[in-house]
Amino acid sequence: MLKKKALLIDLTLCVGCNSCQIACKEANKLPAEEEKVLSPTAYTALQEYDGVYVRRMCQHCDDPTCVSVCPVGAFTKTQEGPVVYDADKCIGCRYCIQACPFQVPRYEWSSTYPRIRKCVFCHDRLKQGLPTACSEACPTGATKFGDRDDLLKEALERIAAEPGKYIPKVYGQKEVGGTSILYVSSVPFENLGFQTKLQTTPLPALTWNALSKIPGVVSVGGVLLFGIYWITNRRQEVREYEAKLRETKTSSNGHSSTLGQ
Amino acid sequence: MKKFLSTFGFWKIVAVVFITAGMYSAYVRFAYGLGASTHLSDQFPWGIWIGFDILCGVGLAAGGFTVAAIVHIFNLKRFEPIIRPTILTAFLGYILVIVGLMFDLGRPLQVWHAIIMWNPRSVMFEVAWCVMLYTTVLALEFSPVVLEKFKMTKTIKVLKRISIPLIITGVLLSTLHQSSLGSMYLIVPEKLYPLWYSAYLPIFFYVSAIAAGCAMVIFESFLSSRAFNRGIEMHLLNEIARVCVVMLAVYAMMKFVDLKDRDALSLLFVPRFETYMYWLEIIVGVIIPLVLLSQEKIRQNPNGLFINAVLVVLGFIINRMNITITGLEAWAGTSYFPSLIEFSITMAIITVGFIAFYYIAKFFPVFTFEEHHESKVPAHAGVVWQQDIEKVSKVIV
Ligand code: SF4
Ligand code: SF4
Ligand code: SF4
Repeated sequence: MLKKKALLIDLTLCVGCNSCQIACKEANKLPAEEEKVLSPTAYTALQEYDGVYVRRMCQHCDDPTCVSVCPVGAFTKTQEGPVVYDADKCIGCRYCIQACPFQVPRYEWSSTYPRIRKCVFCHDRLKQGLPTACSEACPTGATKFGDRDDLLKEALERIAAEPGKYIPKVYGQKEVGGTSILYVSSVPFENLGFQTKLQTTPLPALTWNALSKIPGVVSVGGVLLFGIYWITNRRQEVREYEAKLRETKTSSNGHSSTLGQ
Repeated sequence: MKKFLSTFGFWKIVAVVFITAGMYSAYVRFAYGLGASTHLSDQFPWGIWIGFDILCGVGLAAGGFTVAAIVHIFNLKRFEPIIRPTILTAFLGYILVIVGLMFDLGRPLQVWHAIIMWNPRSVMFEVAWCVMLYTTVLALEFSPVVLEKFKMTKTIKVLKRISIPLIITGVLLSTLHQSSLGSMYLIVPEKLYPLWYSAYLPIFFYVSAIAAGCAMVIFESFLSSRAFNRGIEMHLLNEIARVCVVMLAVYAMMKFVDLKDRDALSLLFVPRFETYMYWLEIIVGVIIPLVLLSQEKIRQNPNGLFINAVLVVLGFIINRMNITITGLEAWAGTSYFPSLIEFSITMAIITVGFIAFYYIAKFFPVFTFEEHHESKVPAHAGVVWQQDIEKVSKVIV
């Protein structure tokens, strides 16, 4: 069984040099100019909050919302951790953009044959046993690549070692059931533009809850509808039959009253 | 006659304008892409095409399965006169939903992927299948009308034999995807404003669609009675209005209990845009029609019936637009208003729908039970805007 990979991003170590974006653009053959927000040509971007730099990118959720909502299964969660996208399947409904709790997927709005664009966790490199391009390029170790289990342990250790420096939270440990990108920080995450009110169980359970009722609705509903049809139809038949009976009786001997109701 | 011709000319021009604008917009949409033609963005990936064309289109066509169930499953045969126009409305409605979807999808030519590339965990996948299957069911339900015209009695007999399973399938499919349109929003608990986000969204969507579907049956009966100069089945519409009232009452109660259970009642009094829009949808689409339509006197009055049906439909539309747009704006941190192109495509689609209904009803035996029902609506009845609608129906329709 492959170990799930992860990135540990330590916001206290990031100096805002943008090497990650530069390396990412090179590795993914994207236009080189610097970008400050995620876009179809920037899978990662640095946002500054009072001297603290926050790297935005796809979180590679353990149970990704984007994977669950896509009607044609264009997204896949791979064993190694990356959530990858197959443009050949995509029909462009953009449910993934609507549903991603981290607001990650970007659309090629200006294209007439658009694709979803987002960080792919350097899936090809991972398959060859290489770390991601961004972590390799990071000069300070702010972005560190490794196995998720190890990195999570390390994150908790860093916090425990310097409780005065770090706030006691690893972002990504529990958010929507856990993600492959983990953050530690000295500033509360809500001040850094993170979604901090996310639930700790995966979002796909919410829709699955409804979807899993379908077989029940269909079978119970089907039986019910057929039952109602049978009863109302039968009633009608009985009524018609009785009417006919009454008629013949009346015409034969005039004792319609004997029939009762 | 002269007057008729001049109004005829006017509405014809309006129709031509809408369709021409729509065609130009369609060109821009497909030649330059969604970015150039719409106000959609990564913050607001779904706009009026999803909110109106699809959510409202499907919901307002709910009269189709409701009336089919009333007539064939509950065996209330007296409703037969309205079943054909209702099925036709639903069928056209779904066709237009699919057309709308073609504009909205980024890669419309790949839409068939949903047939072979499955993802049963996706609500969208389920909706896609249900809409496909139900459109087929509607086509089959309506086909006897066409076959009758061409006197293909044998085929009609075959269809008659499968009609009950067909109608049951239709009701089930409708139940599934009407509610699933609500389930689609279950996945955005943090994004959708809490006045609207609820675990019961699927049920709210279902119940409100039945209410709005009934209102549409009334609305459309009035329009076609004027367009085709035929009688109106007041006693039937009265009963349909009663179904509508019951549904609205159930809906209102569930909404209230849900807010209470979620401790969200206080949100009703927070002075912000979402609150106002919420009240608007509830007052227009639920409270007023609930109070008025529960009175026999108003249900017997053609104008009362018509105006309330319009209110229910309006409230329904506001509700769906609130969920797709208003309720998501705060989270997205940006507002959305449809571009002229988005708007004109929607208008063109509606116009085409009206025209299609008019011609199909004209050339096929859609209205079969004619004059022996009830009186005609007095010609002078109604406020000015109502006469406008009358003209629309008469002509563009
Ligand atoms: S962050 Fe969004 S796009 Fe990335 S895996 Fe999670 S749900 Fe998918
Ligand atoms: S836009 Fe494409 S990838 Fe996203 S949910 Fe729709 S079909 Fe799937
Ligand atoms: S993991 Fe790869 S694709 Fe993702 S941001 Fe880093 S370099 Fe770019």
